Amino acid sequence: MFIKNFDELAKIQASCTTALSGKFSGEGNKRAIVLCGGTGCLSSNSADIKAKIEAKLEEKGLTDRVSVNLVGCFGFCSQGPFVKIYPEDTLYRLVTLDDVDEIIEKDIIGGEVVERLLYVDPSTLEKVTKQEDINFYKKQVRISLDGCGVINPEDINEALGAGAFAGLAKALQMDRADVIKEVLDSGLRGRGGGGFPTGRKWQFAYAQPDGEKYVVCNGDEGDPGAFMDRSILEGNPLAVIEGMAIAGYAIGAQNGYFYVRAEYPIAVNRLRLAIKQAEEVGLLGDNILGTDFSFRAHIRLGAGAFVCGEETALLNSIEGQRGMPRPRPPFPAVKGLWECPTIVNNVESLACVPYILRNGAEKFAQYGTEKSKGTKVFALGGKVNNVGLVEIPMGTTLRELIYDIGGGIPDGKKFKAIQTGGPSGGCLTEKDLDVAIDFDSLVAKGSMMGSGGAIVMDEDNCMVDVAKFYMEFICDESCGKCTPCRVGTKRLLEYLEKICDGKATMQDLEELEALAETIKAGSLCALGQTAANPVLSTLKSFRDEYIAHIVDKKCPAKVCKNLMSYAIDPDKCVGCGLCERQCPVSAIIKTDYVAPGHKLPSRKILDDKCIKCGLCMSSCKKFNAIEKK
Amino acid sequence: MAKINIKIEGVPYQVEEGLTILEAAKACGYEIPTLCAFNHGECNKGSCRVCLVEATGARGLVASCVYPINEGMEITISSPKAAAARRASVELLLSNHSMLCQTCDKNEKCELLHVARITGARDGMFQGTQTPVTVDEISPSIVRDTSKCVLCGRCVARCANAHGNGVIGFQNRGFRTIIGPAENRAFTDSPCILCGQCVNVCPTGALMEKSEISKVDEAFAAGKYVVVQTAPAVRAALGEEFGMKIGTPVTGKMVAALRRLGFKKVFDTNYAADLTIMEEATELLSRIKNGGALPMLTSCSPGWVNYAEVYYGDCLDHISSCKSPHEMQGAILKHYYAAKIGVNPEDMFVVSIMPCTAKKFEKERDALKTKGLADVDAVLTTRELGKLIKRSGINFTKLPDEEFDSDIIGEYTGAGVIFGVTGGVMEAALRTAYYVLTGEEHAEIKFEQVRGFDGIKEASFNLAGMEVNVAVAHGMKNAKVLMDEIRAGTSKYHFIEVMGCPGGCINGGGQPYVRECFLPNEDADIMDTYKEKRAQALYSEDERQTLRQSHNNPQIKALYDEFLGEPNSHLAHELLHTHYGARKPFPEKE
Repeated sequence: MFIKNFDELAKIQASCTTALSGKFSGEGNKRAIVLCGGTGCLSSNSADIKAKIEAKLEEKGLTDRVSVNLVGCFGFCSQGPFVKIYPEDTLYRLVTLDDVDEIIEKDIIGGEVVERLLYVDPSTLEKVTKQEDINFYKKQVRISLDGCGVINPEDINEALGAGAFAGLAKALQMDRADVIKEVLDSGLRGRGGGGFPTGRKWQFAYAQPDGEKYVVCNGDEGDPGAFMDRSILEGNPLAVIEGMAIAGYAIGAQNGYFYVRAEYPIAVNRLRLAIKQAEEVGLLGDNILGTDFSFRAHIRLGAGAFVCGEETALLNSIEGQRGMPRPRPPFPAVKGLWECPTIVNNVESLACVPYILRNGAEKFAQYGTEKSKGTKVFALGGKVNNVGLVEIPMGTTLRELIYDIGGGIPDGKKFKAIQTGGPSGGCLTEKDLDVAIDFDSLVAKGSMMGSGGAIVMDEDNCMVDVAKFYMEFICDESCGKCTPCRVGTKRLLEYLEKICDGKATMQDLEELEALAETIKAGSLCALGQTAANPVLSTLKSFRDEYIAHIVDKKCPAKVCKNLMSYAIDPDKCVGCGLCERQCPVSAIIKTDYVAPGHKLPSRKILDDKCIKCGLCMSSCKKFNAIEKK
Repeated sequence: MAKINIKIEGVPYQVEEGLTILEAAKACGYEIPTLCAFNHGECNKGSCRVCLVEATGARGLVASCVYPINEGMEITISSPKAAAARRASVELLLSNHSMLCQTCDKNEKCELLHVARITGARDGMFQGTQTPVTVDEISPSIVRDTSKCVLCGRCVARCANAHGNGVIGFQNRGFRTIIGPAENRAFTDSPCILCGQCVNVCPTGALMEKSEISKVDEAFAAGKYVVVQTAPAVRAALGEEFGMKIGTPVTGKMVAALRRLGFKKVFDTNYAADLTIMEEATELLSRIKNGGALPMLTSCSPGWVNYAEVYYGDCLDHISSCKSPHEMQGAILKHYYAAKIGVNPEDMFVVSIMPCTAKKFEKERDALKTKGLADVDAVLTTRELGKLIKRSGINFTKLPDEEFDSDIIGEYTGAGVIFGVTGGVMEAALRTAYYVLTGEEHAEIKFEQVRGFDGIKEASFNLAGMEVNVAVAHGMKNAKVLMDEIRAGTSKYHFIEVMGCPGGCINGGGQPYVRECFLPNEDADIMDTYKEKRAQALYSEDERQTLRQSHNNPQIKALYDEFLGEPNSHLAHELLHTHYGARKPFPEKE
């Protein structure tokens, strides 16, 4: 198959669409089993489950009646691995190898739903059969995650069936300037963190004199806990390739580079395969669809440095240089890769582009707020019931995100903060919960969108400790180029350590704040300029916790080991001695006291020996006699 | 160049378009402190953040060394915000610095101290742990002490600019970042040629020559017969160590100072430069006549010889077998002169004052021992000589001019003097080659085609009917171009002069530091002109000489007549020639 022109593409797309919808509707009395093939579910055995299903089907002689394939991420990662069965649209979750026989025999052969593998709504305790009926999915709108969890990412025919390359075809029949206008009109802003209007970036590069230009896709996803770029590349790589090609056409580039971290082998392999398949059918290469537009996509692997997500450091890395940011100006759109005009767009941004071209800017812009259009993917994690990837329209509130989609805080604990924007972002609190999420509102509240990390914290999180965690990350990931970031973040971390150790004074706190402002004002790149945010943002909302550490020498959340201790309530202790045996440093001894109603003497903890590992407390779950003080 | 309007501190100025804020401010008479910006963007990374200023149209503070000016820009250097940020950058650097200032050899030339003073950095403002330190003292030439490094990257840029291969680079991330050869190896385990260009640009004491002053002290203390020789380039720059203007020749004062330091004899290495020319010109003509490996390459520069051994081990037969001049002089001193004056060669201690750090390594080569004795026992750089003179309480600028010793050896011609600048060896060789071939002097003494600072210079001369193509390269980046031609068999040259350092020895790795911030009385363009000024000091000394061709040096003639026989004789080979060996760029670690 080689697609020579627009007509041929339309015909092939039509036949692929028929085939794909036939698969979902059970055409020819066939059934289809799809399994999540994202990194998370694959590490929970979904590949083995697929193999076992295939073997079982073989054994039962059902291979020509039932198809099996992997798809991209379903998003609801805490419930994976997922197995979905068409045409009934039944969704099984938390599937293990042991469940395969039952699925085949009861569902595939017997036609009955395996009830015990269905999702149970924690609030109503009702079983939910279909994906769309699960609360987690109800408020989501899938644009950049479109196709993920639906199509087979290793089969270009399924992608074409779902509309792939219709956007490029449309773009190629438009003026380059009109393509850019469409993207501008859509209001798409960079999903990687900065929120700079994507169309404006394209305009800058378009305005540069003709010659070698490049499109670079930033897949160097580095925020702890964020994995939307990986999931998109794993679930629908052709959408990103198409977005890149559209960008290339718009600015006049003939080559694009995917910069993906080497820790994403599945994403890289699927991307590589998708590029190959696109080249084979002529959707990448010379004279695409018979036009004079030629475009090729290349892959460069990153070694995992957080700073390489900064666009100029990324460009250095592609060139084979050390990943250190360049001063700007000149901006990449003027002087980027190998000194040529270059646009650097995030995976999620490029994944939105085909949708915009295919459906028009207006359709995209119907979602979102006045200045932030469309949807945004968040990696929801931390102390929240439903952990996973969610794509929501801009303007959704934090409360909806945490409680409706996320299912609230586990174990009846109290919500304390949500950290957005990754290490460079900030913490938002109870009073911010009704903020409609968009680029500007988050910044106004002292945080940022970033790449979409959203980590929920409850009353057990110490905010100084949280700041320290992020500062350790930043400190490790600073490239070492500019002084404020290289040395300043280390000094910030040392202040935080001092506070958590209970050795700081209020003078230290003043110096900490001043230094944080210095780093913000004086650093070279965005990593350094935002490096102090974890400190500044927690100080803004949780100054009292800092002061408790410094003045009262107490950690209110009882996290900082130097400022808390474990104690045994002698009246609750039954004297079983389990904690004593568990203690790795023999810090628990028998006392003479036998509580009323108990037969054995209670235990006590020697503070000077205790290393505060917490093993005793977790060993006493039954009697709950050990608590933090 | 079009002019644009800017304001600095509210005062309007017209400056050239395309400048950075730092350059524009300098043109308007401001000194914004900086560490990483050096020599017109040779190193402009915007990394030290010591030059932060406020500028309209920019978000927050900007690094003036990399931020371009634009029409109507208003720049504020003095605002409390900018001043505090500059100070904080310096204070942060100081918090991760070894702070052994009193004992640091760089003390009075330290730019970190300079910016600390002008930004008003406070003592101990930030305290904490320090980056794990590497001190590499293994090579005889250069010491790398990362505890003093501010990571400005000037050394990295210079190594890449001068040599193209960039032996040193940043490694590790964040607070653990250091600069060094790959894998944090010692210089001697890397392709480093020990030229010392990195030392020349280091703002602090992180990169320094390895001092041999104590070795010289010990020789004096042991009662050795200590003699000294000075390379031509030293006289063109030593005065700078004493605040004299760049380009002031100080030959007479230098000789007077060395005598006062107690050296028994003070010789000019130029004597041996003349000797080198006799040997090298003869070798060249013999190669041309007898079909030897051509082009022949000069061997005076030890940095270059190191480079060739590491990168062009297959082309070493092209390098002249002549020892470098100071090694020849050492051999003649110990095996000819010593006997003449009745000194046991084993009691003689030869000190070379060189503009070079690689010479320190060179003197330790086994192939540069004659009859079991090292030709040269200690090498001091021009800077070390400056320290030695200061230490001894000698008021250099007030010294009378004195003459070099030239009782039996030591006389020299103008040809020897110009060895110190790129093209000089070539010019000296041409003056003599013409004579050797024709028996007549070349009508024009100067060979202008091989002068100047172009990276590669080439010329053709008709020497007595023989067409000789020559080329001159300085800095290994340029040498590489010519070497690749040789390797490919396409080189059209007969003779090539190569010097390791850009500009030749006058800009050697052991020469006084040239830093605008410490040279308030020099011209504003001193970074562009200092090499020329030093070169001019040598060319003018050449012109002052009555004898300007090596073959006319009467003592050299006498040396051949009564001792060596003729150039390239058996004895000459034993004393004055050497050999080379290929080396791996990264030897396996033990």
